[in-house]
Amino acid sequence: MQRYSGFGLLKHSFSHHENWQRMWRTPTPKPVYDVIIVGGGGHGLATAYYLAKEFGVRNVAVIEKGWLGGGNTARNTTIVRSNYLWDESAQLYEHAMKLWEGLSQDLNYNVMFSQRGVFNLGHTLQDMRDIERRVSANRLNGIDGEVLNAKQVEELIPYLDCSKNTRYPVMGASLQRRGGVARHDAVAWGYARAADALGVDLIQQTEVIGFRKENGAVIGVETNRGFIGGKRVGVVTAGNSGHMAKLAGFRLPLESHPLQALVSEPIKPIIDSVIMSNQVHGYISQSDKGDLVIGAGIDGYNGYGQRGSYPTIEHTLQAIVEMFPVLSRVRMNRQWGGIVDTTPDACPIIAKTPVPNLFFNCGWGTGGFKATPGSGHVFAASLAKGEMHPLAKAFSIERFHNGALIDEHGAAGVAH
Amino acid sequence: MLHIFCPHCGELRSEEEFHAKGQAHIPRPLDPNACTDEEWGNYLFFRDNPRGLHHELWIHAAGCRQYFNVTRHTVTYEILETYKIGEKPGVTEASVAAKKAVAQGVTA
Ligand SMILES: Cc1cc2nc3c(=O)[nH]c(=O)nc-3n(C[C@H](O)[C@H](O)[C@H](O)COP(=O)(O)OP(=O)(O)OC[C@H]3O[C@@H](n4cnc5c(N)ncnc54)[C@H](O)[C@@H]3O)c2cc1C
Ligand SMILES: [Zn+2]
Repeated sequence: MQRYSGFGLLKHSFSHHENWQRMWRTPTPKPVYDVIIVGGGGHGLATAYYLAKEFGVRNVAVIEKGWLGGGNTARNTTIVRSNYLWDESAQLYEHAMKLWEGLSQDLNYNVMFSQRGVFNLGHTLQDMRDIERRVSANRLNGIDGEVLNAKQVEELIPYLDCSKNTRYPVMGASLQRRGGVARHDAVAWGYARAADALGVDLIQQTEVIGFRKENGAVIGVETNRGFIGGKRVGVVTAGNSGHMAKLAGFRLPLESHPLQALVSEPIKPIIDSVIMSNQVHGYISQSDKGDLVIGAGIDGYNGYGQRGSYPTIEHTLQAIVEMFPVLSRVRMNRQWGGIVDTTPDACPIIAKTPVPNLFFNCGWGTGGFKATPGSGHVFAASLAKGEMHPLAKAFSIERFHNGALIDEHGAAGVAH
Repeated sequence: MLHIFCPHCGELRSEEEFHAKGQAHIPRPLDPNACTDEEWGNYLFFRDNPRGLHHELWIHAAGCRQYFNVTRHTVTYEILETYKIGEKPGVTEASVAAKKAVAQGVTA
């Protein structure tokens, strides 16, 4: 792998940037791998990278039905934060946050991680109580957080309507200064390039259509290009995970819903942080290109068509204009949907399954981008050892039978 | 925008008047105290999540405020039928498969 550097950029400029190395190979599948990852989104690619880099498992394939990072990884609004309420989730997301903080160096790829601060606005007394509780819990877990009053919010976000005239006046906010955004595509590409350099086979345009079992245990996957053997198989297919579980012969407590986002035409810098509101239900940031990046809520019904419903777009823009009346005339450029796999407690499932040698990492729903490095890391550790990583243990499937749910609806409600 | 036929109102109305309430036809355990943790967890949390036909419960929230059932395709979002609580769906995976087989038999 050619390392990227400032000097490299200079050197390649002499040959008009025509001689850059390809970022990864296009290998033909081997007959058998130590680990097969199904799903080449950020989580799958990160899993493959950490397997090869940290756990010495290099005979690994990532099998992707479309193109790398073309699922929710490419469709999300890229908010990264770790201010979750409960210990189990806070520790998992904070594990990811620590990896984010060194990720560009680690991957030798600029993932444009920008810790510009994430605000969660409060509009009611109950919101403010929840914010105080969550920030206190965060601080006890060693995660940064501040509670701001309305005046402080007004000073930090000048264009936000903090007047008393709005329908739901802003009463305050929580602020996690280490939170922010990253470039979604770069995360997928950076992990893919680094994993490929360590020998991982990235197999695109190949759909897994079944699991082959021997004595009840998985021994590989059936694909539209034939059988590929795998000693362990990790499924990381986001919105399609319920369907994959069905193919493997068991049920997961997942429901797949469309979730939409939209971006505006590029405008001058106006929003330099990430602002989210559960109450009016909208969230917004601005990309370096100048587009406003706006996230909606999920459609109420189950769906696999990667598009969303019109009323949802309308409600979202109503919320944004309520928060930022100054944006009422900005035109939207593009709108799209991704399929998110929601769980009853808004927490992921990172677990062994009833089928030996088959592991699932799913249920990230509306908010898994921020967890990409941490999710990949703990899942890689679990696949390498055949035992769940300590940070993953609480995210078992059994919790839906023994009642040990990790209810993050409060912290994760809108929140992505 | 979906247009949904409310079987109570007898009218096609726009999606915004309705709320989806998840999978239909889930029987409540007759004796909850006799359920194992497994059965109770399945009842509370495990839902069908098909890529294809789905029978689901909807409410005409901003209309007659009554519940009814919908058979909908979760990829095309086509609504194949709506029917009242207590009624059985007319369109199912099995009925669609049977129809297909007949059609293929005729054309083959
Ligand atoms: C509109 C929107 C906004 C969001 N905003 C945020 C946010 O601000 N912050 C945040 O943290 N999270 C956000 N999320 C959630 C986040 O995008 C996801 O949780 C995360 O990207 C999931 O990553 P993944 O790698 O698991 O899934 P994906 O990127 O979806 O990857 C799964 C891959 O599996 C492949 N696949 C599926 N079935 C098969 C098969 N049978 N065979 C082979 N391959 C298969 C798919 O093609 C896909 O590439 C948002 C999501 C959406 C849709
Ligand atoms: Zn009605």
